Amino acid sequence: MDISVLQTLASRNLWGAITPEILLGGLALVLLVIELLFPKEHGRIVPVAALVGLVTILGGVLFNAPSAYLNQETFNGLLVHTHGGQVMRVFFLLAAIMVCLIARVSLAKQTLPRVEFYHIVLVVTAAMMLLAQSNHLVLFFVALETVTIGLYILVSYYRTSLTLEAGLKYLVMGALSSSLMLFGIVLLYGVAGNPALPAHTAQSMHYGQLAAFLAANPHNFLASIGIVLVLAGVAFKIGAFPFQIWVPDVYQGAPTPVTAFLAVSSKAVGFTALLALAGTVFASYAWLVAPVLTFFAATTLLFGNFAALTQHNVKRLIGLSGVSHAGFLLLGVAAVSHAPMAVGAIYFYLFAYLLASFAVFGVMAHVAGTNDADQELDHYAGLAKDRPFLALVLALGLGSLAGIPPLVGFMGKLFIFIAAFQAGLYGLLAIAVIGVVVSIYYYFGWIKAAFFETWGKSADSPAHPERTPVDFVTGFALSALALAVVVLGFYQGPLGSWLSGR
Amino acid sequence: MSTLPFDPLLAAIFAPLAVALAIACGLPKRFSVKLAYVGFGLPLLLALHVWFYYGTAAQTHGYAFLTSYSTGLDSLGIGLKLGLNGISLPLFVLAGIVGFAAGLYAIQSGAERLKIYLMLLLVMQGGLMGVFASVDIFFFYFFHELALIPTFIMVGIWGGRDRNYAAMKLTIYLTLGAMLSLIGLIALYVKSGAHSFDLIELRRVIAAQPLEVTVQHNIFGLLALGFGILVSLWPLHTWAPLGYGAAPSSAAMLHAGVLKKFGLYGLIQIALPLLPAGLIQWSHPLAWLAVVGNVLVIGFVTIAQRDLKQMVGYSSVMHMGYAFLGIAAGSTLGVGGVVLLMVAHGLSVALMFLLTTSVYHRTHTFALDEMGGLAQKAPVLSALFVAATFAGIGLPGFANFWGELTIFVALWKFSPLITILAVAGVVISAVYGLRAAARVFFGPATPEFAKIAAEHPVSDLRWSERLPALILLAALMFIGFWPKSLSTALDATLTPAPAAQVGAVK
Repeated sequence: MDISVLQTLASRNLWGAITPEILLGGLALVLLVIELLFPKEHGRIVPVAALVGLVTILGGVLFNAPSAYLNQETFNGLLVHTHGGQVMRVFFLLAAIMVCLIARVSLAKQTLPRVEFYHIVLVVTAAMMLLAQSNHLVLFFVALETVTIGLYILVSYYRTSLTLEAGLKYLVMGALSSSLMLFGIVLLYGVAGNPALPAHTAQSMHYGQLAAFLAANPHNFLASIGIVLVLAGVAFKIGAFPFQIWVPDVYQGAPTPVTAFLAVSSKAVGFTALLALAGTVFASYAWLVAPVLTFFAATTLLFGNFAALTQHNVKRLIGLSGVSHAGFLLLGVAAVSHAPMAVGAIYFYLFAYLLASFAVFGVMAHVAGTNDADQELDHYAGLAKDRPFLALVLALGLGSLAGIPPLVGFMGKLFIFIAAFQAGLYGLLAIAVIGVVVSIYYYFGWIKAAFFETWGKSADSPAHPERTPVDFVTGFALSALALAVVVLGFYQGPLGSWLSGR
Repeated sequence: MSTLPFDPLLAAIFAPLAVALAIACGLPKRFSVKLAYVGFGLPLLLALHVWFYYGTAAQTHGYAFLTSYSTGLDSLGIGLKLGLNGISLPLFVLAGIVGFAAGLYAIQSGAERLKIYLMLLLVMQGGLMGVFASVDIFFFYFFHELALIPTFIMVGIWGGRDRNYAAMKLTIYLTLGAMLSLIGLIALYVKSGAHSFDLIELRRVIAAQPLEVTVQHNIFGLLALGFGILVSLWPLHTWAPLGYGAAPSSAAMLHAGVLKKFGLYGLIQIALPLLPAGLIQWSHPLAWLAVVGNVLVIGFVTIAQRDLKQMVGYSSVMHMGYAFLGIAAGSTLGVGGVVLLMVAHGLSVALMFLLTTSVYHRTHTFALDEMGGLAQKAPVLSALFVAATFAGIGLPGFANFWGELTIFVALWKFSPLITILAVAGVVISAVYGLRAAARVFFGPATPEFAKIAAEHPVSDLRWSERLPALILLAALMFIGFWPKSLSTALDATLTPAPAAQVGAVK
């Protein structure tokens, strides 16, 4: 190979385009250095350093929006910097900040090394941000595996028997889904590179090239198997039926901050991938993708909501309710091809889900005892009396997850419903309405546990673990989340147009 | 012309919400209660103000006091647009009056955790003012839900018997109703092609290009079902008596009196003008459900009640039947009658719930069999109760009379048979109303009541209880003697002059 070719290729590596991701990686390394330099103090310094770094990077991303590289392909087509990618960057950074805050509360109840946790969160976040901007199946897979492997470690971080069981389950199921997806990618690669077919391409992992090939061969058998396998792999990440079986056990066993990370960021990763793949690359296979998505959406909505009805452990409950949220989002994805506003609706829903979920997880971290897996609904009895602030945040978070106006979750559902209606998905809408009504039951059961039970009676509430007092930073973050949940419900202001990309 | 330096509608919505926020931020109890008077009083004053100036106010697109505020979703056709027309004005005034009465009654009730109770009621009040002031149907729905959530919480915390079950049932039924009507509204938004929730814009687009007939049928069916659940259309009414039986009195007053009218209002303001073919398709099933189910079946169920509060709850379900009949009749007269009946029923049922609770505070039971002879000890209470009963039956002199009369007249044209059945309902409501009044107040005191009266000395209504009751009664009689105060504006909106129709199309 001529050196000049390499030079041209290298000149397309615009490193400036991924400054936030590089900084995150650097920050992760700095945390390790801090651990070496301050062996005694690092327990306190590292979380603060991680948080300050994350907030700075988030500020930088917001300050530089819209990025100078918008709508450009960099790194020879590995990455593309779209508006959606920018939105998801902010999303993952916000999520990482909240995970670190919750981890500060939750890790303090365990006797464990604390530094690596933040390190891994940062690396995984950087990988998620890259994945949101990937434009190439190789980068997509590598980033996804980085995320998944980081999560394998995090899930079994507490090393109790339940946590290890959860880690093992996640590992086995994750490996299965990764291999499914990889097989699908290989099939696509092979088919698209077949010189006997029209529009075959050497760059068959590149989204644009692959899309062009698929458009030229809209009924290729091998390609359709590859597409279904890739979709199945993504369905595992978002916990869509029938790939949701790992969700309750892993959510219960994983440490609370990791559960939050799984529930929010990992799910969002799946949806960014799904938007990029199902919405654009596989667009010419709508005859196949649409029924698959419809099946996923319908079964996921029904399963998530009905399975959550019977749960008493709040981590399992929120896990299964998360499955139902995946169903609502899938409804949006299914609508993308017919209703352009669905993309903005999905972003809005994801942000609404982020705000409300972290409000709930933040409260859970405070209510949980030393046994992190043991968080029952009964432990919430009398929360309104004991800790009115936490109870209020919890109620707002759950209300928003249930989609009750005037909270932001309602707006998310409304946009998804409008998009679904525009796309003519009436059957799915009917199922979604059933889902909303059923979900009211279990979300209100939780709120009831925190409010109603003890307010009538006197204080003979069942035993519950010691509740951690709320410190200033966490209190501030939780208040900000609660405020955002309320205010964004009726005033979206510039955010509404930013998310919908208008 | 109104000369206020601010938007009266926006102020009426945000005054109670601001007070609620102040209370939530930890205002001491003494100030909270004082401020709550402002929170409940200001909407009433502003409502009376706009009522008084409505006739002379400038009208744009049939709305007076029209203003709009952007909330950042203009690209989706969502914005806070406030205004009043002849249909919403009476209900806006109703919300102001009932809200003030319920607020006064709550303040004197001495409920546990009074601050939070008042806060929730204020949120409800703000939502109610917003429901009827919104021209944008997204915010119309939004304010309804804002008012609905506190109801669930109040039933769950301050409710009486079976409150947990009642709160859950209420929540699930009303959420289902709300979701179905939301889908119906989204259907209007998408199918009309207007891509706007602004009712004025929707009317303009649909006037230029009416929806296909089947689409109209489907959307109307969806809205009638969704709104029907919210208004307790038989057989989807079972949440109502249970919920009202358990709800604390002020919450029941606001919900049964005002919030429940949301569904009827939605049908009149949105479904009738935009989906005329839908009404023609559904009017007969709707009318038969209403007359057989709500009026007759529920009427007999009401007679069978042995519990005073349940009886009031069922009677409110029954009266909703008349409202549906008026809507099914569809004519200007029928719909106008429904609006009048909504106002009248709102006032009278709120009065009834208030007095029922006052009776309970004296008898310590709702069981009709254990009461009797209260009139000797509480003459004012008994006089007010009898007046409220007369209003409920629909005797002349009360606003209810005009509502029911116009509905029956309009209904005769629609179907004489249904009219005859519906009029029979008046006899039913006379039976249970008068019997309840007789049981509670007249005749000899039962041994149970004598025992209770010996333990807790029975006093007549205190002034703090009398005042809200008198406000409601005065409003009932004012409209009863002078229905024109509402019907002029109503008429103007329901029968637009031909010129105005042409203007609306353009």
